[in-house]
Amino acid sequence: MSAKPISTGSEWTFELLEAYDSAIAKEAEHFQLDTYPNQIEVITSEQMMDAYSSVGMPLNYNHWSFGKQFVSTHQNYRRGRMGLAYEIVINSSPCIAYLMEENTMTMQALVIAHACYGHNSFFKGNYLFKTWTNATAIIDYLVFAKHYIARCEEQYGIEEVESLLDSCHALMNYGVNRYKRPQPISAEEEKKRQKARSDILQQQVNDLWDTIPKKAESEEDSATANFRFPADPEENILYFLEKNAPLLEPWQREIIRIVRKVAQYFYPQKQTQVMNEGWACFWHYALLHSLYDKGLVTDGFMMEFLHSHTSVVYQPPFDSPYFSGINPYTLGYNMMQDIKRICENPKDEDREWFPEIAGSNWLETLHEAMHNYKDESFIQQYLSPHLMRKLKLFTISDDDSKDHLLVSAIHNEPGFRQLRADLAEQYNLGSREPNIQVYNVDVRGDRSLTLRHYLHSGRPLGDTTDDMLKHLHRLWGFDIHLESLSGDKVIKTHHCPPKLSESD
Amino acid sequence: MSYIIDRRLNGKNKSSINRQRFLKRYRKHIKQSVTDAIKSRSITDLENGSEVTIPNKDLSEPIFHHGPGGINHRVFPGNKEFVVGDQLERPKGGGGGAGEGKASDSGEGEDEFSFQINRDEFLEFLFENLELPNMVKKQLQDSGDYKLIQAGFSNEGNPERINIVRSLRSAHARRIALSGSTRREIRALEKEQKELMEAADSKDKNQRLAEIEERLIELRAKVSKLPFLDTFDLKYNNLVRQPVPSSKAVMFCVMDVSGSMTQAIKDMAKRFFLLLYLFLQQAYKRIDVVFIRHHTQAKEVDEEEFFYSRETGGTIVSSAIALTGDVIEERYPTSEWNIYVAQASDGDNWDGDSDACRELLMKRVLPLVQYYAYVEITTGEHQNLWFEYEKLRQLYPESFAMRKIERTGDIYPVFRDLFSKQTEE
Repeated sequence: MSAKPISTGSEWTFELLEAYDSAIAKEAEHFQLDTYPNQIEVITSEQMMDAYSSVGMPLNYNHWSFGKQFVSTHQNYRRGRMGLAYEIVINSSPCIAYLMEENTMTMQALVIAHACYGHNSFFKGNYLFKTWTNATAIIDYLVFAKHYIARCEEQYGIEEVESLLDSCHALMNYGVNRYKRPQPISAEEEKKRQKARSDILQQQVNDLWDTIPKKAESEEDSATANFRFPADPEENILYFLEKNAPLLEPWQREIIRIVRKVAQYFYPQKQTQVMNEGWACFWHYALLHSLYDKGLVTDGFMMEFLHSHTSVVYQPPFDSPYFSGINPYTLGYNMMQDIKRICENPKDEDREWFPEIAGSNWLETLHEAMHNYKDESFIQQYLSPHLMRKLKLFTISDDDSKDHLLVSAIHNEPGFRQLRADLAEQYNLGSREPNIQVYNVDVRGDRSLTLRHYLHSGRPLGDTTDDMLKHLHRLWGFDIHLESLSGDKVIKTHHCPPKLSESD
Repeated sequence: MSYIIDRRLNGKNKSSINRQRFLKRYRKHIKQSVTDAIKSRSITDLENGSEVTIPNKDLSEPIFHHGPGGINHRVFPGNKEFVVGDQLERPKGGGGGAGEGKASDSGEGEDEFSFQINRDEFLEFLFENLELPNMVKKQLQDSGDYKLIQAGFSNEGNPERINIVRSLRSAHARRIALSGSTRREIRALEKEQKELMEAADSKDKNQRLAEIEERLIELRAKVSKLPFLDTFDLKYNNLVRQPVPSSKAVMFCVMDVSGSMTQAIKDMAKRFFLLLYLFLQQAYKRIDVVFIRHHTQAKEVDEEEFFYSRETGGTIVSSAIALTGDVIEERYPTSEWNIYVAQASDGDNWDGDSDACRELLMKRVLPLVQYYAYVEITTGEHQNLWFEYEKLRQLYPESFAMRKIERTGDIYPVFRDLFSKQTEE
């Protein structure tokens, strides 16, 4: 304890923020955390509520659903039903982190370590973010989107734009490419291309529907019976609609594109929640402890920090009234700590399960995991028997053809692999959301659009399906059919407008 | 290197547009809530906003999601006694911790979404049905202002309100009053001194002069000791906060509660009374409300009973008018009170009585009131009461208004004359 603590009181000042930030930055560098530049913004709780309701973005286009979010946040906050998050961090370059002015000095330091060095380095390093998001361009793109949509509202009316956005938001989860990788484009380029694109796009769509007059001359071309459009099923429904919906105006296609782009931007965050939070928690814990080891923070600081840290990574058991699923902070943080433990102090069990990392350099191993995995694969790869025992995990199987629920795996030797696979599957977005793809367009007939839903583990679609078809109908402009397939068999169909003969 | 920015002074109402859009979208629900709120609250309680509740299913933003069924595996933490192969009862309706496997789906709870709207928004939604012109809406929504008015002068107050002219004048007066006799003596001595100077020298004269000199010094010192300005002199402008409308009004709500008046008609009548109350509220500081209900007999009641208890029987309107007249004479002298009467009925009256109503109104009530508004809430034909009242309207075009109402939108025109009169003044 040679150094003098940076501060002793709980009040923060801008000078102290700067002092803590540079001390933490020094530690982060020592652990090879590579980050975007940080932009730390101090805001009030009202501003925090504003930030909440525009999905955490510093600016966004206007839509009633953000207003609903705001009203509910505001209401809950005022009644003391919820506290606000201590911070919000945005995947952009510079990386913007919001700090609430109500926080104490300790909390501000915690938030800086957590967001500005934890999340920030994750955004910069993880392969999904590198592939799918362009941190330098997102703010520019949102500015473009906001202005574009505002202009459309002026030109075509707020209601028109709002109902289009409703439909797009409903399909937002189906506006991402899950497998195909994108070509990154910068925002300025985006703007330049936008006008040219809308003209060309309209032409292309018209070409597609030009096949109709040609029908007469190609009558003998019986191969058309097997012709499907699109040739391969399309998983990105919004993309398909943007490019091919026959009746949309160019501006409507552009708005679909905006929603699609925003969805794609958030897609990596949905797939890395456990890792991202785990990574950030691991580092705020490590960084603040190294400050403590150097005597830069006081015992009181550590007590307050640990209290807050412990409640963040607390996992209520399944039968607790506070239980609401597995806490991603707990799981992620414990897995990160566990990897470090396996590297530093492997037991025989660990050597058997993780021969390639047991005893290796923990920092390199951890960075390697952060860079190259998403939640699903991360759990599949790194969840150890040690941790499964510690969290006392077990699987419940619910098969609707049986009368009872079954405990199918628990934290013991025969159960570890199954348990790990079950948990990983739980974070597989592909199985969490129904698998629905564009299958065919009746190009030569009534222009109806057929989608196919491929059942996964026999799980049917929920009760919103008919509403969803209405949204699809609004965008496509002609009849919509949805077929649920189990194997190759169509077991259920939905139609919009509904077919009277089939009243299921 | 990090940049630290203080954003606290930036605007905080970024979400207000989105909030407005949300309210607009759910106008129907909010209006329903406002309508319900009107039913349950007193017509004099309009200072507050209201809580709005919208069923979650109407609010939902649908997404494709899995329904119940199929095979689900879900991992839970905190195992205590389970071993592989244990069979459990399927919990009903997702009760307890171990619900069905839809942790990440959109919550399917039957909760309702509720939030507050403020007074202005409340009134906005309330007036929507009534088709008020915007100017009037504004007049009603603006909370009453106070005006500071000059109310004479006071001896106490804060320094910025000092009235200089008054203060100096009073100082002057004080100085004159306190030094009058001294200065009179000085003037006399000066005169004597001058005369003595011109007279021939003598021993007496020199002695007298010395005495005068001495006395003058003494007197002048005394005068100069009088302060130019004493705290006692300070006068302050006295300002009082006066509510712009400063007088008192009483509003009589007269309603027929005979069997033919349904709850729907009463609700419409309630809006009519409410609007009159709001109007009076912006014009008067203090408002009393008197509720008189009648069938064959009239009775003064409280609000609860006025709107919600039902009685059957015939209808004699004149009983209510007579009672109104009695109450006015007894409790509300016209020298102190502005009197407004609002009468709602479905037009039924006992045949021989309508004539008596007109007589009573002409003789006892109309000369005393500022405004008498009658609404007939019916979709049927006019009956004899209406025709008798028509005669009154011709006699008292200034203070008597009547209107047939079939839907709420018809209520406002009753007030149109009243409002236009108000704005001219």
